[in-house]
Amino acid sequence: MTVSNEPMTSPGWDVTSVRRDFPILEQSVHGYPLAYLDNAATTQKPRVVLEAMDGYYRRDNANVHRGVHALAERATGAFEAARESVRRFINARSTREIVFVRGTTEAINLVASSFGQRLREGDEILISAMEHHANIVPWQLLRERSGIVLRVVPITPAGELDLDRLSSLFTPRTRLLAITHVSNALGTVNPVRELIAEARRHGVPVLLDGAQALPHLRVDVQALDCDFYAFSGHKLFGPTGIGVLYGRESLLETLPPYQGGGEMIRTVSFEKTTFAGLPHRFEAGTPDISGVIGLGRAIEYLEQLDWDAATAYEARLLEHATACLQDVPGLRIIGQARHKVALVSFVMEDVHPHDMGTILDRRGLAVRAGHHCAMPVMSYYGVPATSRAAMAFYNTFDEIDRLAEALRYARELLA
Amino acid sequence: MSDLDDLYQELILDHKRHPRNFRDMPDATRAVDGHNPLCGDQLRLFVKVADGRVEDVSFIGVGCAISMASASMLTEAVMGKTVQEAQQLFADMHDLLTRNPSGIDPAELGNLGALAGVHEYPMRVKCATLSWHTLDTALNTDDDVVTTE
Ligand SMILES: Cc1ncc(COP(=O)(O)O)c(C=O)c1O
Repeated sequence: MTVSNEPMTSPGWDVTSVRRDFPILEQSVHGYPLAYLDNAATTQKPRVVLEAMDGYYRRDNANVHRGVHALAERATGAFEAARESVRRFINARSTREIVFVRGTTEAINLVASSFGQRLREGDEILISAMEHHANIVPWQLLRERSGIVLRVVPITPAGELDLDRLSSLFTPRTRLLAITHVSNALGTVNPVRELIAEARRHGVPVLLDGAQALPHLRVDVQALDCDFYAFSGHKLFGPTGIGVLYGRESLLETLPPYQGGGEMIRTVSFEKTTFAGLPHRFEAGTPDISGVIGLGRAIEYLEQLDWDAATAYEARLLEHATACLQDVPGLRIIGQARHKVALVSFVMEDVHPHDMGTILDRRGLAVRAGHHCAMPVMSYYGVPATSRAAMAFYNTFDEIDRLAEALRYARELLA
Repeated sequence: MSDLDDLYQELILDHKRHPRNFRDMPDATRAVDGHNPLCGDQLRLFVKVADGRVEDVSFIGVGCAISMASASMLTEAVMGKTVQEAQQLFADMHDLLTRNPSGIDPAELGNLGALAGVHEYPMRVKCATLSWHTLDTALNTDDDVVTTE
């Protein structure tokens, strides 16, 4: 393994000290220090998140919004404080706009279900060719239920949205633009302000899939002026099983409930049930309380980082990774958009991504090999799968050098 | 990196680089698609059976080194065998690839024994078994598609 001689540090960003916040990174895998480069699949959790969740179960565990005893009060307080942290983080106007769900997938399904109820046969939903399956399949299910029409914004060979085609895809029947903020398969950052402005011109509301955006970019839903914003806690250095649907209050208020049960009601009789107000109307049943608390803590952790320094550091990581990988014989980078997050998807001549995944794993390098739940993207590029190195602010230049070196070795071994 | 050598033995790499019987077979008696949705491995296995014997066997497809080599080695191993012998070979290979420890001595399987190294790579076992499941489906059922999930 090579260790670069230049000390690859970044002004203002002390990666060594940040790595100490993530206990899992300290381990060895197959005799090599773990280089975790699968952050688009899920991110690692800082110690403070683990402690917050553990502490909740050790001291405060009680159901929320239900009891008057001390534990119930503490649990409810921590739960709603986390909702406020989420609100602040994405700058929503009110916590009434923050709905807790299981993740991005459920957030989009909620919109497809509740917003979908007002759609009629022939109404159109506009998505893009770079969506994760989570932003394709719920609309296809709705299409089966209601006969809506799905339209798709195409992409260019560089992996950017084909904006020239955008305007002509809006019709008088377009009811929603549902599009990813950042592509998980390509790393592309989409020009969401332009997209939203165009949708506004056609009077169409916008849902953004923010699963891959929030771990890298600061998002202000008011400045963006989007109508829905969906994201997952586990990709944001928080726990699995928890995510958020932001919905503009005036829109959420008009939507029917998603699931029925406890928590989402005001009064129930066999004749008539009245529903709770926002956001509880969309949160039936006992929620993932420790998950919400963990997510809130993850957000507080992110807020105390020097975000400008982190962003600059990630940009340099991406630059370094792109340069190193481009140099590897037989390697082709899939997704060369002008504006990307720190993610490099690639294929290598004569080395299938699955073999690549195994070979890299044996050198302690965790990357993802597969279709990344974006099969339409794979077929656009004519590849069955890619390998993907998805970086976070805790990755190092040395890890990228080790990756490049192992890629050369993989080609020597298999080609 | 000696441990990777258990998986990517020279024989396996040779079959990956130069797959045997890699061709279409218009007069096949059975053609079955094998698909591993997890990693996108996809192959079509052709067999021509006459008088209870595998007269010809071939495949086409795309996939990782292990799935391609396994399919290529399969065609060499079952070519000319009786259906019964081929079925026994499937049973032995299934045991070798999926049971740990296996009751099968890799040495007794000749070239196919080279695939035994996949044991140490649980995530890759399905790559090696795909073509064998496809063969099993071709010989024992009327199905035209098999997926491993
Ligand atoms: C862009 C994008 N959207 C949606 C999802 C689904 O997220 P989750 O599985 O957390 O619901 C993912 C996760 O891979 C993603 O990358």
